[in-house]
Order: sequence, then C-alpha cells, then structure tokens
Amino acid sequence: MIPGTYLPTEYLPILIMLLFATGFGVVTLWVGRFFRLRRPYAEKLIAYESGNPPSAPPRFRFSIKFYLIAILFVVFDVEAIFLYPWALVYDKIGIFAVVEMFLFIFLLLVGYAYAWRKEALEWER
Amino acid sequence: MADWQIDLIKVVFIWVWALLIAVVMTWVERRASAMMQDRLGPNRAGPFGLLQPLADGIKLFTKEDIIPERARKILFILGPPLFALPAFSAYAVVPFGDKIVLGGKEIILQVSDVNIGFLYVLALGAIGVYGMVIGGWASNSKYSILGGLRATAQLISYEVPMGLALLTIVLLYGTFSLREIVLQQQGTFLGFLPNWGFFKQPLGFIIFMVAAYAEANRVPFDLPECESELVTGYHTEYGSMRLGLYLFGEYVNMGTLAAITVSLFFGGWGLPYVDMSRFLGPVSYGIASFFVFFLKQAFFLFLFVWVRWTVPRFRYDQLMGLGWKALIPLGLINLFITALLVQLTT
Repeated sequence: MIPGTYLPTEYLPILIMLLFATGFGVVTLWVGRFFRLRRPYAEKLIAYESGNPPSAPPRFRFSIKFYLIAILFVVFDVEAIFLYPWALVYDKIGIFAVVEMFLFIFLLLVGYAYAWRKEALEWER
Repeated sequence: MADWQIDLIKVVFIWVWALLIAVVMTWVERRASAMMQDRLGPNRAGPFGLLQPLADGIKLFTKEDIIPERARKILFILGPPLFALPAFSAYAVVPFGDKIVLGGKEIILQVSDVNIGFLYVLALGAIGVYGMVIGGWASNSKYSILGGLRATAQLISYEVPMGLALLTIVLLYGTFSLREIVLQQQGTFLGFLPNWGFFKQPLGFIIFMVAAYAEANRVPFDLPECESELVTGYHTEYGSMRLGLYLFGEYVNMGTLAAITVSLFFGGWGLPYVDMSRFLGPVSYGIASFFVFFLKQAFFLFLFVWVRWTVPRFRYDQLMGLGWKALIPLGLINLFITALLVQLTT
C-alpha cells in the first residue's frame, strides 16, 4: 500500500453512530424544554441532604486511598496495554514471545507482591 | 443501493434495536423483580403493564428540569450525555448476525467490521466513567461526590481484571475483529463441545462476568449508587430527562455487555452442532442468525436481573479486595496457563 492512500472508510458508519448518539443526547434534552414546567424557588434549588439545609460545603477532603487506587491502576492498565499487541501476534513469534512476556509479567508480579506486602491493596488497615 | 445507504440503514436498525432493548428491559426488570419477590409489579398501563416504559418516558420528559444553584452548570449539563454516548456507540462493532443476501448483494450484519473492534469496545467502556465522575462532581452535593468517587475507583479497579480476562480471548483467536472471533467459534472441538470461548476459557469467562457486573454498576457491585446509603449516588441531584439519560445509558450499557459476552464467549449468532446456512435460504438465514444472537443476548440481560435478587451488595473493602487481590492474580494465572496451552497446541 502506498503511504497516504489509505482511507479508513470502515470507520464512517462508526462516525455516523457517534453523531446519532450525540444527537440523541442533545435532542432529548432540548425538546423537553417545550413540555416542562419551570418554577424554581430557593428551597428547591439547594443540594439534597435528606431535607435539611446542607450542613457544610461538599468539597471535603476525601481519603488518600482513592489516589492510591488510581496510581495502581495506571501501573496495571499500562501493563495490559503492552500485553494486547503481544497476544495478537503470539502464535507467529513462537517461543521467544513466551519467554519475553513471562519475564515482563514476572517483573510486574514482583511489583504486585511489593504492593501487597506494603498493604497498598488493603482498603481497611 | 449504494454502500453508504446500506451503512445508514444498518446504523438506524441497530440504533432502534438498542433503544428498544433498553426500553423493554426497564419493564422486564420491574416485572421479573416483582415475580421473584412474589408481588405483581407494574400492571396498570397496557396489558401486563407493557406500556409502563412509555408512561415513564413521558413522565421523565415533562418533569421540571432542576439545576441546583451550587452546581457547576456546564459540567452538570455535560454529564448525562457523556454517560449515554459511549454506551450507545459501542453497539457499532457488535456482530448481531452473520450475513444476509438482499438484491444479489451480500451484507454482513454488523455496522462496521473494524479490525480493532475489540479495543474500540474496551475504550468506550472506559470513557463511560467520565459521565459519572463529571456528573457527581458538578452536582456539588455530598452524596453525589461520594458516589462519583466510588464509581471511579470501582470502574478503574475492575478494568484491569476485565482486560486480563479478555487478553486470553485474543490469545486464543489471534484477532481483534469481533466478527472474526465469532466466525472462529463455529463448529466443535474434542468432538462434542461447541467451539465457544466459554468452554475454552471458563475461568476467563467468570472473571469477565464479575468485572462486567462491576463495570455496569449492577448489584452486587452497585456501590456508586446504592439507594439506601447514598440516595443513588452520582445522580442524586439530577431530575427529568437528565436523570433519564443516566438510567437509559445504564440499560444500554447492560445490552452492550450482554452482546459482547455472547460474541466473545458464546459463539455469537451461531447455533452449536447445527449449521443453519446449509438448509436456510440466504435471506431467512440472515434473519435466523439475528434471532439466535438476540435470544442469547436476552438470556444474559435476564441474568442481570436474576443476579440482582440473588446476591446481596458487597461492602466497599470487599469490593476492592475482590478486584485487586482475587481477580487480578486469577487473571494473570489464567493468562499464563492459556499462553502455555496455546504454545503447546500450535
């Protein structure tokens, strides 16, 4: 194939699908404007807190655990991304693919064991 | 007919189909829940309450649209469409039938057979998180923010085992094209078992199923929106059609996950032991293959409801423990074994 001549036409229907999805979201929200009431008042517009006025601003400091999960996710998801092309051509590379990738996964398992040991995977500690 | 017209018809067809499944599913869920709890469920609107989804739709459409004063307005508006969009778009690569011959032209029953369909589905699944996080954050309510945080942590945690389970499928079939994967699942192996991913990857299937329920926010993993403690979490502050889009996106998401399960693990449109194309005409074969696919998908949709009333909700630390300390090691072991087996048998 000559570089620059490839037109990804098989993605055109997907583009149409995306346009449909966007259109659906926009149209349903927009058309409803003509049918619905709009009578806002102060009590109706406050944030819901079981009927009481909100006791404090909602931007509280949340647990560090969520950050930890995010960092672990980056490590393991990038690992999975590296594994996808490997899996795709696996039977074409032969024994080399097995050894290389097992080495890679083993190194990651060392990291996983470390995280486990340091109790990074425990939610309550 | 020109190619683009065929494409357009397929897009419209699958679009209406996705909508219908989501709409009917709301009714099925309520009726089946009622059945399992020995009560009647919605039975006023139409025969067997079949018009209930329509009534709900009208209600959501005409309800007052409230944007709380403290909400971040632009993000608040952006949240629900952002959640519904990826759910719908994932349908574009689902092979919902084999092929049909119309007017001497062979049409494959799939909106587009892209060679990375597999990655496309995974990518869109990951984008769905944004809708929840943005919605939860922009609402500026305590319940919503907690729900949004929980949703993020849960969805990204379960994406890893899901990816590991699906890797084994790629290892087995050596392709990212969903149509190719389904084609390779026809026929039998060892003489009697259908050539399905489920029989070749039972452990992979279980890991995938658990992760799928977590990704769809379904019981037993519905912690981001548990009614009893977070008042439905990230969409507490939403009302009218904005809430409708969230609920709708969730049901479409379930439909997509069921369709992907069928395509990857249960042979898609094919019947085991029977080759339908041998005794059916080219047109009726196309329709029959679609119905087989639909029946399988319907079963997995029903399974979502069934599991909901069978398994109680997990605690949050149990949820995280299951994801990080059970499913990930299991997924890695499964990957090792599959890689070795593939190497030995080829």
